Amino acid sequence: MTMTSHAASVRFENVTKAYGAVVAVDRVSFTIEPGQLVTLLGPSGCGKTTTLRLIAGLEMATDGKIYIGENDVTKLPVTDRDVSMVFQSYALFPHMSVNENVGYGLKVSGVKKREAQERSQEALRLVGLSDLGERMPAALSGGQQQRVAVARALVLEPQVLLFDEPLSNLDAKLRRRVREEVREIQQNLGLTTVYVTHDQEEALAVSDRIVVMKNAAIAQEGTPRELYDNPADSFVADFIGDANIVEGTVLGSGGETANVRIGSLELELPCRSAAAGPAKIAIRPEAIRLSAGDHGAGMRGTVRKATYLGNHLEYTIETEIGQLFVSDPHVESPAAPGDAVAVQFERRGVTLISDQTGDTNGAPEPSAR
Amino acid sequence: MSNVWRGVVVPWIPRAILLGLFAFAIFGPLANLLLWSVAEVWYFPHKLPLEWGFDFWRQVFKPRGNAMLSLNNSIIIAIFTVIVSLAIAIPAGYALARRNLPWRSLILIAFLLPQAFPSVAVYINVARIFYGFGLAGTYVGVVLVHTVQGLVFAVWIATAAFSAVDRELEEAARNLGASGLRTFMTITLPLALPGIMASAIFVFLISLDEFTGTFFVGVPDVVTMPLLLFNASMEGNYQIASITSLLLLVPSVGFMLFIERFLKADVLAKVGN
Ligand SMILES: Nc1ncnc2c1ncn2[C@@H]1O[C@H](COP(=O)(O)OP(=O)(O)O)[C@@H](O)[C@H]1O
Ligand SMILES: [Mg+2]
Repeated sequence: MTMTSHAASVRFENVTKAYGAVVAVDRVSFTIEPGQLVTLLGPSGCGKTTTLRLIAGLEMATDGKIYIGENDVTKLPVTDRDVSMVFQSYALFPHMSVNENVGYGLKVSGVKKREAQERSQEALRLVGLSDLGERMPAALSGGQQQRVAVARALVLEPQVLLFDEPLSNLDAKLRRRVREEVREIQQNLGLTTVYVTHDQEEALAVSDRIVVMKNAAIAQEGTPRELYDNPADSFVADFIGDANIVEGTVLGSGGETANVRIGSLELELPCRSAAAGPAKIAIRPEAIRLSAGDHGAGMRGTVRKATYLGNHLEYTIETEIGQLFVSDPHVESPAAPGDAVAVQFERRGVTLISDQTGDTNGAPEPSAR
Repeated sequence: MSNVWRGVVVPWIPRAILLGLFAFAIFGPLANLLLWSVAEVWYFPHKLPLEWGFDFWRQVFKPRGNAMLSLNNSIIIAIFTVIVSLAIAIPAGYALARRNLPWRSLILIAFLLPQAFPSVAVYINVARIFYGFGLAGTYVGVVLVHTVQGLVFAVWIATAAFSAVDRELEEAARNLGASGLRTFMTITLPLALPGIMASAIFVFLISLDEFTGTFFVGVPDVVTMPLLLFNASMEGNYQIASITSLLLLVPSVGFMLFIERFLKADVLAKVGN
């Protein structure tokens, strides 16, 4: 007996959820293709959990439409949705054994005892806990409890699987392994999965696509690569990876590129449309090249801080465009504070971003799509 | 040597005296009860009984005696009081803990109201009203009176017990396909059970000890242990009174042990909320 996939797509159309005056989710639209793992990424309080609960039916949308597969489930009660959720707290039933926990969903949906046992066993085997069926949840480690929660969700072979910050209660060492296992199971079973996290590294590591949320709305959506290489605004640039946000000037644009002046340097950056005039530019710390002395090509700079981190060095460089945070893999010839350096930018990792203010607390930005 | 005496022993003297007083306050009356229960002849100014024996115990446990009858009454009334109280406290406690009832505190206080008035005045009037309904001197009447008193604690404790159940567990059950009723029966109720049990025992004890209401509503047909105790001491029969008190003490001690052993601190902590 093996798990089969009933993976379905998930579609939000202008979904809003308000708790009285608090708008937790504000006119959100997205589509998740069957079999994909999509991460909802954003700072605490931006509406990720609420979005997940809307998919599960634990909250009902105030406005808008939710589809699972072809079906409009907007008004469908939680028990009638074929969606399983792994709660942030795991929510294991403390008075039931591991077997009873995993079998609970099968039992309430009237699956025969024999079949239920086999399927529970199979689910426990998938998460590597075949031998612990008789234990009570309190007798398990945090990592094992989490696997039980995953098995309990998997065993129902849901159309959509939901994870709410699944790694947040695990210690740092376990996180990388568990997230890889989650990804592996998801890919092997071809499950449509929505994964909530506030950790950008985790999101980049596990996702097919990432939906970045900010202030109850979507800030940007795309593949990890797209978001890292082409952040739409300073919020996304700063949230996914590190970024120096600096002022520059668009001199002119033609076709796919724009000529941009950053301080005394001029660069050609990829861009779809940019009006000439002042602009914000996001520069990745690893896209900045330093060369010793003040005679090389590039912008003049002075080292303010230098930190050795084993496999790379981190610098703070004072330049005409402000302080730049730099990550430099060349550890064999470190610069010291006070040294003069020449600063150059690589094309990949330097992005023209759309917002005028660079203020991350302002009004919700329009969706990037 | 005298240093040790002063440093170690002297600070202990007030504590020892205090402990002694405590022990006397608790065990003094108990010892007195025990002595009286086995004293067949004992009068002033003798410090100890003149004749010992279990005659009065035999008298109390005589199958058709007054004492056995009232013990029976007490237990039957207590059991029905528990059933009626729980039948109200479980749904009420669940609703108070889970629904965002607008008058939550008011409702909780309303259950307290019967306790707020002088009980003799209340029960004289209750007895009058019950008389009109033919409830005076009946088990039903006494159970009703006991229920009103037990309900405060039953509802408060049940509310605390349900509040202590993590809402996410119920949501997880719903997410796995369980109906509301099924979720309640398989998740919420089992997890709240220690608290519910505590409230059941509490109500049982309150009913067992209740005097005033029973006195006005039950007399003359329904005689419970406390009434028997009252009558016995009025008649100067300290032996019967002592044995009855000792019997009434047993469930209380059992309850303390139960609380100590089973009730989780988080349930008790939520009683105040
Ligand atoms: N049941 C609720 N009642 C009122 N406000 C809520 C409720 N649930 C969430 N919120 C509010 O909605 C916003 C989004 O919450 P949430 O979805 O939990 O964020 P996240 O999971 O991204 O941290 C927060 O401001 C939160 O306070
Ligand atoms: Mg959350």
